[in-house]
Order: sequence, then C-alpha cells, then structure tokens
Amino acid sequence: MSDHAPKGTKWIWNIFWLLLIVTTVEVVLGIIQPEFLAKQFLGTRILNHIFIILTLVKAFYIVEYFMHVKYENKPMRFSLYLPVLILIPYLTFILLTEGNYIESMRVMQP
Amino acid sequence: MANASSVEMSTEKIWEGGNKPLGASYGKLMMWFFLLSDALTFSGFLTAYGLMRFKYENTWPIPEDVFTHFPFLEGENPLLFVALMTFILIMSSVTMVLAVNAGENKDNKGVSWWMLATIVGGGIFLGSQAWEWYHFITGDKGAIKLENGRIAHFADQEGHVISLSQLVHGMEKGHASNHGDKFTTEEVIAAFNSQSTMQLRYPGKLREYVNHGEAKALVAKAKVVQGANMVENEYGEPLFANFFFFITGFHGFHVFSGVVINFIIFYNILLGTYVRRGHYEMVEKVGLYWHFVDLVWVFVFTFFYLV
Repeated sequence: MSDHAPKGTKWIWNIFWLLLIVTTVEVVLGIIQPEFLAKQFLGTRILNHIFIILTLVKAFYIVEYFMHVKYENKPMRFSLYLPVLILIPYLTFILLTEGNYIESMRVMQP
Repeated sequence: MANASSVEMSTEKIWEGGNKPLGASYGKLMMWFFLLSDALTFSGFLTAYGLMRFKYENTWPIPEDVFTHFPFLEGENPLLFVALMTFILIMSSVTMVLAVNAGENKDNKGVSWWMLATIVGGGIFLGSQAWEWYHFITGDKGAIKLENGRIAHFADQEGHVISLSQLVHGMEKGHASNHGDKFTTEEVIAAFNSQSTMQLRYPGKLREYVNHGEAKALVAKAKVVQGANMVENEYGEPLFANFFFFITGFHGFHVFSGVVINFIIFYNILLGTYVRRGHYEMVEKVGLYWHFVDLVWVFVFTFFYLV
C-alpha cells in the first residue's frame, strides 16, 4: 500500500533520531523538573502540557510514517483518524471533569 | 467539480464489486479495525487512571518518588530505567520498519535479520518490565499504614524520606532501599519512638509532614507495609498499584503476543513462505501491530511516569 513511500532507509533513521531526541527532552525535563514550568495552566502544570504535546508529536510520527498512514488514501486516513480523534478527547474530557468534581466533593465532606 | 465527479460516478460500475474505497487489502483492514478498537480500550484504561488520579489529586504517589531504581546503580535515579525501556521499544520499532522496507525490496535475508532484531528487542523490553515489576512488588523504602488506612513514609530532620532499614539500623548501617529485608511492626515502632528527629511524610504532591510528637500516637496504631500487592502498597493509594499492574501488565501482554506473532512470521520467512507467495504483506501487518504496541507505550510512559 505504501506506493508513495520514500525509497531507501534514510527517512527511517531520520524519524528514529527525532523520536529519540523528543524522548530525551521529556526525560531530562522529568528529572530536573524546572521551577518556571511548575505554574498552573488550564488545570495542570505547564510542564505536563509540554509532556502531552511532545507525546502527541511522537505519536504523530509513529502513526504517519512507521504505520504508513501518510501514504494511505483519503477515505482510509479519515476512517482511522476521526473515531480516535473524536472519541478519546471526549472521553478524557468527561472523565477528568468528573474526577475533579468527585475530588471537590471529597474535600467538602471528609 | 460536483458535475465532473457525478459524471465519473455514473460511468463507473460501483455496485458490481471490485471497488476498493479504502485502497487497502482485506487483511490489513482487519488489522486496522483491531488496532482502532484496541486503541479505544487502552484510552479507556488511561482515562480511568486519569479519573482516579484527579479524584485523589493531593495524595496520589508522585512517579519520580516511586520508580527510582536502575540496575547496578545505587541511589535515586528516577525515570532513567523507563527511558531505557522506551528507547528499546523505539529501537525495535525501527528494526521492524527496516524489515518491512527490506520486504518491499524482496530481500528475504534482510527481512529475516531485521525480524530477528525486532524479536530480540521485544524480549529485552519484556525482561526490563519483569525487572521493574519485581522491584515494584518487593518495595523500596517501606511505609506504615495508619489506622485510617493512609500510607505514611518516615522522613529525617531535613524531610528526606528514609527507608525502614535506615530507621531501624541507623543512617550509616542501613541501606537507602530495604533490598527485600522484612521489618516487623514492633521494631519499626520502637525505632521511631527512640529517635525524636524522625517525622512522618504523606505521599503526594502536597508534601505534608507530621512532626514526631503528633506522629507518635499515629505510629502506635499503625502497621508496616512493604512492597505492593492488589490490596495495599507502600507507595500510597491502593489504586495506584492496581492501575500499575493492570495497564503496564496489559501492555506487557501485548508486547508478549507481539513477540510470539513476530516469531511465527520470522519462522515463515526462514521457510521461504513469502518468497513463494511473492510478497511480504504479512510482515507489514505484524509491523502495524508492533508499531501500535510502541505507540501505546509512548502514552503509558507519559501518563504513568512523566505527568
């Protein structure tokens, strides 16, 4: 199916280095836990937002290039991406909101 | 534009079969269906973890306090070992792409070597996970469970958490980790009462301390907890260990099945099955599964160890 995939192996190693560098950045940030990123923003630390964005970057490259989705046709791409991109953020949103609510109720009635 | 396409549609016999709207083979489509449903399963687990973590926001154990070991290294090395595991899994994902790539060039020998490398990578990952589980179950510094069910750690004057070994045998003689030594509740209570510099610290991001005077009454009715099981664990909330076992266990089981399937494909490559068949689509299909396992680990790594 990967009719338009690039030839050779150089692109594979390029993505390998990208994934490695992003992971290294995550680990280094996780170990030093920089003070200036500890501020709260949209319900959690800025550092956590950075972790989540870097994770999505890694996921994007794995799915697009390693799993060849970039070279599938449009209907295929939509049927793979849409269910996941609609359902998972929705589920995350309702469950985290609910978790926050239960936490606040626990504080009110110990 | 709409006109042009409708003209095209009417000339094409779309109801008589042979149409491939998704441009993928049957086997590949079925693999994708499975992966989509599996992705939603994993997201269900991870969001459930998020729900409970938000519920116990202030007392949930901090991953950097829990996963601090690295083989042959003494002391605290948070994140290093999982970083290594992540690297191993990414590496084996790369060898899998190289196998698929070699398959497209009809290079049977290349495919077999890269498949073997992928299997070895998966094996190393499983071994690392077994090591991680072993240390999680055996426990690190030990804790006590108070009468109300809360877990508390012992801390020295400066507020650093110390191990039961250091509490009982003294800071010089004791080890920073218990290394599997078991301590009875009586000797821990006696050791705590005789050292007035010791205090208690609750797990969680608030870093709450209880000073020696107040802690004495709490410790008197407490019991020692070392390691982790499904009922209680020394790290904090019982659910923390339950989620750890379930999510990393479920992912580990995926890796295990992946290694088994990879091995079957590897065996078929050696038999020359795909040379006879003329294409290596089976390698692409297990490749999809293997990359998916790597993808899930990327998320588990973030939400279990980093955030």
